[in-house]
Amino acid sequence: MRKEILDGEVRLSGCLGERYIGCGMKEGVLHVEGTPGNALACYLDGGTIIVDGNAQDAVADTMNAGLLAVRGSAGDALAYGMRGGRVYILGDAGYRAGVHMKAYEENRSTLVVGGRTGSFLGEYLAGGLIVVLGLGHEGKDVTGFFCGNGMYAGTIYLRTAKAPVNLSDKLVLRHVDEKEREAVLRPVVTDFASTFSLDVEECLSGDFIAIEADKSKTYSQLYAAV
Amino acid sequence: MRARYRIRKDEECVSCFRCASQCSFGAISVSDGRLVFHHDKCVDCQRCVAFCPTGAIYISEDENRFRANSVFQEDDIREIGLQASSGGVLLSSMGARGSQVPIYFDKLLLNASQVTNPSIDPLREPMETAVFLGQRPERIQRDVKGKLVDNLPPHLELSTPIMFSAMSYGAISLNVHKALASASQELGTYWNTGEGGLHESLYPYKRSTIVQVASGRFGVHATYLNTAAAIEIKIGQGAKPGIGGHLTGKKIVGDVSRTRMVPEGLDAISPAPHHDIYSIEDLAQLVMSLKEVTGYRKPVIVKVAAVHNIAPIASGIARSGADIISIDGYRGGTGAAPKRIRDNVGIPIELAIAVVDQRLREERIRDRVGIIASGSIRSSADVVKAIALGADAVSIGTAALCALGCHICASCHTGRCAWGLATQDPELTRRLDPDKGAERLVNLVNAWTREIKEMMGGMGINSIEALRGNRRALRGVDLNVKELEILGIGYAGE
Amino acid sequence: MKKEGEVRISSGCAICGIFCKDGRRIAGDVIKRAIAVMHNRSNGLGGGFAAYGIYPQYKDFFALHIFYDSLSSREETERFLDRRFDIINLSKIPIRQTPRISDAPLVWRYFVTPLPHMLADSQLDEDEYTSRAMIRINDSIQGAYVVSCGKDMGVFKAVGYPEDVADFYRIDEYEGYSWTAHGRYPTNTPGWWAGSHPFSLLDLTVVHNGEISSYDANRRAVEMYGYSCNLLTDTEVITYILDYLTRKQGLSLEECAEVMAAPFWTTIAAKDEEERRRLSYLRKMFSSFLITGPFSIIVGYSGGMMALNDRLKLRSLVAAEKGDTVYFSSEEAAIRVIEPEPDRVWKPRGGEAVVVSLEEGHR
Repeated sequence: MRKEILDGEVRLSGCLGERYIGCGMKEGVLHVEGTPGNALACYLDGGTIIVDGNAQDAVADTMNAGLLAVRGSAGDALAYGMRGGRVYILGDAGYRAGVHMKAYEENRSTLVVGGRTGSFLGEYLAGGLIVVLGLGHEGKDVTGFFCGNGMYAGTIYLRTAKAPVNLSDKLVLRHVDEKEREAVLRPVVTDFASTFSLDVEECLSGDFIAIEADKSKTYSQLYAAV
Repeated sequence: MRARYRIRKDEECVSCFRCASQCSFGAISVSDGRLVFHHDKCVDCQRCVAFCPTGAIYISEDENRFRANSVFQEDDIREIGLQASSGGVLLSSMGARGSQVPIYFDKLLLNASQVTNPSIDPLREPMETAVFLGQRPERIQRDVKGKLVDNLPPHLELSTPIMFSAMSYGAISLNVHKALASASQELGTYWNTGEGGLHESLYPYKRSTIVQVASGRFGVHATYLNTAAAIEIKIGQGAKPGIGGHLTGKKIVGDVSRTRMVPEGLDAISPAPHHDIYSIEDLAQLVMSLKEVTGYRKPVIVKVAAVHNIAPIASGIARSGADIISIDGYRGGTGAAPKRIRDNVGIPIELAIAVVDQRLREERIRDRVGIIASGSIRSSADVVKAIALGADAVSIGTAALCALGCHICASCHTGRCAWGLATQDPELTRRLDPDKGAERLVNLVNAWTREIKEMMGGMGINSIEALRGNRRALRGVDLNVKELEILGIGYAGE
Repeated sequence: MKKEGEVRISSGCAICGIFCKDGRRIAGDVIKRAIAVMHNRSNGLGGGFAAYGIYPQYKDFFALHIFYDSLSSREETERFLDRRFDIINLSKIPIRQTPRISDAPLVWRYFVTPLPHMLADSQLDEDEYTSRAMIRINDSIQGAYVVSCGKDMGVFKAVGYPEDVADFYRIDEYEGYSWTAHGRYPTNTPGWWAGSHPFSLLDLTVVHNGEISSYDANRRAVEMYGYSCNLLTDTEVITYILDYLTRKQGLSLEECAEVMAAPFWTTIAAKDEEERRRLSYLRKMFSSFLITGPFSIIVGYSGGMMALNDRLKLRSLVAAEKGDTVYFSSEEAAIRVIEPEPDRVWKPRGGEAVVVSLEEGHR
């Protein structure tokens, strides 16, 4: 791995599995080339990290602020417990992306995946926004199984008209209307598209569905105090 | 005979006399506008307490005791007196009370995941409790194209590893049967008719019903056998291994008589053994004749009491053509049994499951049969422990009755059940609304199932078959080396 | 402290595999470089390699790699072998001393074939005959442990980091068409060489990452069919399940995956009628072999390799392809270090087996 500093930006090249890159970074710009190791951008607290290749597992774990943009794919357990900031993955994400992402006061976590994700997307989601565009996978399943299981706040948007397979009965699914698309999705997707130089209209084309927790079904009703 | 319990009321009593009208044992009456307590008739069923609107009534053990003696205890002296005056065999009901016989479930502790593998949150992640009970062939088969052929004999499919134990119409009321049948259908599990036949009004619950064939053959006919998901041959039950049954003529009235197909008022005697089974090969013959009459479409269960040589017995049953073995332990309940038998015969279910599972594995036939365990399963934790010891599923009788109101006063044999369960008195049976009863049974089993999932999730297990026989999920406390060896588990901390 | 087999030790790990579908044989230093990238996933208490196609001159003989604690255990084992097998060749396995590998047992290699009259008397095929003999050695000869016993293959394992184990065994001097590697992170072990991975039986080898929660249910089930789990490790029980399902029941590896990492009932319910029946059958028929909890495994065998994740995909597993070469690894970086520009990189889904075989003409 080589480190260079150019115009105030740090460039790491030739990465091969080095862990914890950008861990807890608060400001600045970091370019990563190669295949960075697990726990990339964990606790990221500001600034920008751009990865040219694929990222591995546990990326953006407990991230608080800033931007992580991966031009390739990400592995499993992406953005676990993320509280704020933006994670953009141009390619696919692995299993358990966005598990227990949150929103708190001004913090609002946003995860956008250009391709598909593995199963258990947005499990336990406690706030924030997940968008899966499924670019190049139109008409196909984009999330695998058990999407949004146990989520109790936040929203998952999928660019598809098809409901995910075996969606939990504790979730509600709705088709996104024009107004919501413009108000909620356009700003987020525009930022994502410009990060990767994509055509925003293409990214916004077609149907979107939204998945949220069914507020009438809380878990507390499952318990009986002794 | 002197009273065992004492009924009292306090100043909160508003003289509504509800207690008197609810008491079916004649322990509370009204005379001259005043409550009169007949303490000697009280069985401590708690019905009056439950119905007192002001909480003014109390049932307590009578403080007059026999003189304490370290050998002859209160019950011993009382029972000697009763037998001296009557010359009778002591009759009792519900499960065994041997206070020196350990409840092994309470000495077993479950494991949970920490770090080395993840626990699973069952409310959010898939957690499977479906159980399939039945035979498995030794080998797969393929057709000429190499595709797998489904060579599995019929299986029972349970959505959760909890079913309802056999309790006969006659011993319990039709309303109880209705509640059990309807709850089973909703839960995706099975109830069991017991040996008293199946009331015609319950034929629509066919897919959730297990019909029993016992030595008395009451109500057994081809239609009965075919109106079921499975057939159970009852050899014995935990409360009275080796003992037959005796339903008094007083209970053989109306529909009970019609359903059992025995004349009204005539005692219904179940012989101690099946007189067509004097040896294991005869059992195979009965198993196969039941399969013949039902076109090999239904699994056959053989239910036995847990006795000393339960392991070889189970092995014999597994090789008899039976699909499922149901084992009822020492503490299993009954509607009526000689007390000495109930309290002194058989072995605890925990030990029985452990030795049977191990023996069938040593003989390489464990995968061939299903095993159902019963005999005082009190909670979801007992269920999990029974399965980890090696059972596929459990069945609950007493716990199901408790869900319907039973307070375990152990007076089933009197036929005067104040909760309207173990009785045929129309005034009393009305006390159970079968729909509400079904709802309570559904709630109970659903709650237990959630708890089972929580415990499985804690261990990182997401399907019940991975718990079956998984004895490393268990550790023992307060057990000796021999007990640990029989249970096939380590001591806590090992 | 108790050693492996006397107590169950859980461990985390790194795994990787390389398979040349065209039968091209590559040297062991390639896989060494790959597994070394995942150094952090091991803790120096176990590493090992399995290699196929490394003994072409002896390809018709069972190649036995055996650890001995003492000269007497070697003598006893050799007497045992001599009564049952024709020993074509025997030698110490060449090693390179390294300060990072210590407490080495005696490591011997034999090329053997069953004595024809003994084999005939046993009424077994030569695989079963050999596997029973090897299980007997492990069970009953104190201080002897058969590391591998397949044809034209071998397992090289030790206590240490995998890259050091590679140096110790000089695996750069072997050439094979198929390699798997394992780096171990056991939670407690006095470091017993036999406890390292890969684990193998005949030509079947397994490297595994994760700790399964169904262990004892699986162990007690497979022990019904004549296996004895001496090491109490997941890898051992998974190997035996695979051997039972493939060799004794005749399931394909894909079907084994559908048993061990069976789809959820809800997933099965969503399939078409025929597939539903098939998957339900496999789940019901072999319910004792469902494996729960996290695992990723790479299975090597003569002529092929399979990679499989548990059904929830609780461990990472990356696959890649370049021409006729297929790569599997816990981390993508380990593949990139030996193949910077793969044609395709993908992540198999939970329960989705990836099976690769030698192409026609290279078998």
